[in-house]
Amino acid sequence: MQTKSLWVYIETEEGNAKSVGYELLTPGKALANKLGGSLVAVILGENVEKVAKNAIAYGADAAILVEGEEYRNYNSDASSYAVNELIKKYQPEIVLIGATKNGRDLGPRVACKLSTGLTADCTGLDIDSETGNLLSTRPAFGGNLMATIICPDNRPQMSTVRPGTFKKGTFDEGRTGEIIKENIHIDPEKIRVSLLERVKEVTEQINLEEAEIIVSGGRGMKKPENFGMLRELADALGGSVAASRAAVDAGWLPSAYQVGQTGKTVAPKLYIACGISGALQHIVGMSGSDTIVAINTDPNAPIFKIADYRIVGDVMEVVPAMIKAVKEKKN
Amino acid sequence: MILDEETLELRDMVREFVNNEIIPNAPKYEKKNEFAAPILDIAIDEMGLGCLCQPEEFGGAGLSNVAFLTLSEEIARGDLGIATTLFGNCLATYPVLIAGTDEQKKLWFDTLTEKKYAAFCLTEPNAGSDAGGVQTTAVPDGDDYIINGTKCFISNGGIAGIYTVLAVTDPKKGVLGLSAFIVERDREGVSIGKEEDKMGMRLSNTTEVIFDHVRVPKDHLLGKLNRGFKIIMETLDHSRAGVGAFGVGIAQRALEEATKYAKQRVQFGQPVANFQAVQHILADMAIEIECARQAYLHAGELIDAGAPYKMESAIAKTKGSDTAMKCAIDGLQVLGGYGYMKEYPLEKLVRDAKILQIYEGTNQIQRGVIAGCLLKKY
Amino acid sequence: MNILVCVKQVPDTTSIKIDPIKHTLIRTGVPSIVNPYDGYALEMAARIKDKTGGKITVLSMGPEMAKDTLRECLGVGADEAYLISDRVFGGSDTLATSCIISTAIKLLEEKNGSPFDLIFCGKQAIDGDTGQVGPEISEHLDRALITYAYESQVEGDTIKVRRESDEGYDIVAAKFPAVVTVEKTPYEPRYPSIKSKLAARKATIPTLTSAEVIVDENRRGLKGSPTKVKSTYTAEVQKNGQTISGVEGSAAGAQLVGLLFDAGILK
Repeated sequence: MQTKSLWVYIETEEGNAKSVGYELLTPGKALANKLGGSLVAVILGENVEKVAKNAIAYGADAAILVEGEEYRNYNSDASSYAVNELIKKYQPEIVLIGATKNGRDLGPRVACKLSTGLTADCTGLDIDSETGNLLSTRPAFGGNLMATIICPDNRPQMSTVRPGTFKKGTFDEGRTGEIIKENIHIDPEKIRVSLLERVKEVTEQINLEEAEIIVSGGRGMKKPENFGMLRELADALGGSVAASRAAVDAGWLPSAYQVGQTGKTVAPKLYIACGISGALQHIVGMSGSDTIVAINTDPNAPIFKIADYRIVGDVMEVVPAMIKAVKEKKN
Repeated sequence: MILDEETLELRDMVREFVNNEIIPNAPKYEKKNEFAAPILDIAIDEMGLGCLCQPEEFGGAGLSNVAFLTLSEEIARGDLGIATTLFGNCLATYPVLIAGTDEQKKLWFDTLTEKKYAAFCLTEPNAGSDAGGVQTTAVPDGDDYIINGTKCFISNGGIAGIYTVLAVTDPKKGVLGLSAFIVERDREGVSIGKEEDKMGMRLSNTTEVIFDHVRVPKDHLLGKLNRGFKIIMETLDHSRAGVGAFGVGIAQRALEEATKYAKQRVQFGQPVANFQAVQHILADMAIEIECARQAYLHAGELIDAGAPYKMESAIAKTKGSDTAMKCAIDGLQVLGGYGYMKEYPLEKLVRDAKILQIYEGTNQIQRGVIAGCLLKKY
Repeated sequence: MNILVCVKQVPDTTSIKIDPIKHTLIRTGVPSIVNPYDGYALEMAARIKDKTGGKITVLSMGPEMAKDTLRECLGVGADEAYLISDRVFGGSDTLATSCIISTAIKLLEEKNGSPFDLIFCGKQAIDGDTGQVGPEISEHLDRALITYAYESQVEGDTIKVRRESDEGYDIVAAKFPAVVTVEKTPYEPRYPSIKSKLAARKATIPTLTSAEVIVDENRRGLKGSPTKVKSTYTAEVQKNGQTISGVEGSAAGAQLVGLLFDAGILK
């Protein structure tokens, strides 16, 4: 740990890593190379040695592991305490945290303890070749503006990064790296928030960020019943259904389905936008998709600017035809 | 007149409510033929729009008449049935404000706060424009009066917790034998007759109210015995300006809907709003609306100033309701065939507007009132 | 029950447009609103107050104009309001902002003689979208933190919260004093009443300046902000996509599926 190190915090829940932690190892590796430093995965959890091993397989040079019952589920007090202790000890140059709900709870607390800067919810990362500073790019003003933020004088430089922005690297089981175990436990009296119940609403929404194909509907779907055909198309394609903010605000789908600035960032292989006008706040959440299809009655809808395939037409006619064609092709 | 900042702020606040809650939701209730209780709950419980004429000392906001009328226009712009329901409370309240004692006012506002709605019981099958034709009687019996009779076309009749009632106390004296009473809904003998199936104003509850040997204590008499007619006439003078404001609300809505539609609707390769024929219809509507608005505001200003307002109030009512009718019809014309369809709000505005030329004194009666003032004056 | 709600005045980001030539935000004519999540936070606080009684104080930081926002809050449940406003606080990032706000909170608590039982913040502001000030306040004040709450219930000196998680929700609890950041709630904030609106118009809203809110100059404003904005740009992309046109909607749908299979995007 003599060289500058870049840390990726890998969030775990009941022994399993959240995908975004592994995703962040991809840009983490590139940034560490530019810095001439090492990439270290930091893992808090219970029985999570396998996560440390996985992190190395995904590209980390080393992993720091803190295990304990209090880390089985995220606890704001325990986790922020531990991460702060680790940072004080090892003095990393950069700390990247997945911008999950818990990551965005943890990040500011740690940054505040360390009196350092934190850039929230980034969608782009780079190193300034002149200064060696981390360049964190993030959308602001509802996605209308992209801002690149630096933290020139304080260390570590911290950023939370939107899940789904980067893709996991190749998993190489042959890679080796040091796993350092640290024993850190907060005084139990200082744990002020208790978790009484965890309810998982296990539906496809969890996989939205990992879905390869997303069929998404907006205001142009006109009524909630019409999402049935999107679901049918998604099922035929083996994908998931999502929605724009307009559709979620109208109460047609729960907010967990929302893609965009205030929803999820997705980067599937194929994104089919149905009746979505393409407000910037939506585009921010899906422009990283490999292929974008847009179907809209308004030829001037901004969504068409970023679409690879455009149909100016009525979703109610186009989608049923697509369902039929897909089913025929697949048989 | 120029509205002050406070009134404008209240108007914007009510406008937001109208745009977010009434305009999108009222048609659903109208379609289902259902009372819009959830919307009224917000209006009354959250926003305190239940009785806008409630004085500060009895827990109200103590609004000026100008502010009151401005808000009335705004609510009617959303839905006349809802406006009439809320306004029905004020109409029933005016006799208490005009003639009631502090004890009566307290009883009135306590009950109104608890039960939310009140109703003004004047009209009878044989007493429409001729209020003197009232046949409901109130006969003294010990410390009480016993009221007998049937009132019809009563706004809020079926939902009110308390009524103001005009009844005959001296059958020989005509209009000078009428008295006004407060009657609570839960008194024995008060019952609700048939609910009317109306052309428009469908979200307003209109019923018969039947008084069958209803015993009320003598302290429920408002003002002096046999002086009820004057109280009621004063009530109507006052409330007429409000009907004018309702008319402006409906006309304004028609103008907004027609203008938006005209800008969107493409015929002959361009939006119909580009055509002078359409533009003039819209401009004429705006002219009428602005005049009608100034008319009710002027009446409100006079009431606030304590000046005579009988004629101006009748002018405001007539102008406002005629404007509503004309603008609703003309606005519908701008929408063409679509205007005739229930999918668009214009046909409803036409149906709603009509009642304004009828209730609280037909426009013919209003002209009589205006003429009466003129003949006295010159 | 003594509750503080932190609120921010923000531009209504849904009506922000981009200058097509200069590629900058057009901010003129964009209405200022109460940050919607702060509105939900205030409603959550007001619902608690409806049950337990007590007082709600709202606190904001920003230019004098932000008093409009505070006045709006006074119409929908807040009892008193304070604005932190001073030029030396301008340019603060989240760390400096949270430091200033926390200092002001301590000042108000000193005046009250006791800490606020609960401090509510919106989960994030819709202009900056960082969501950091709330958690940082909890850290400065060394208090329990619950983020992303969308339902809450107070029992004695404990707040029980339904908190959104990435997979569903957690039910968590903390004793007072605690800081809670609030998500979109299942209910909409209440409308102001005529009376509360009139009272709010007349209310005096004290301004707290750097003379009262004493923060070291290295911890406030631009100087006290570890993060700096290096550059901004508007995100405009234009792809050369393929348009399927000249056919009926149903034919276009079938044609599209064919193209996607041909391109190997669908298999």
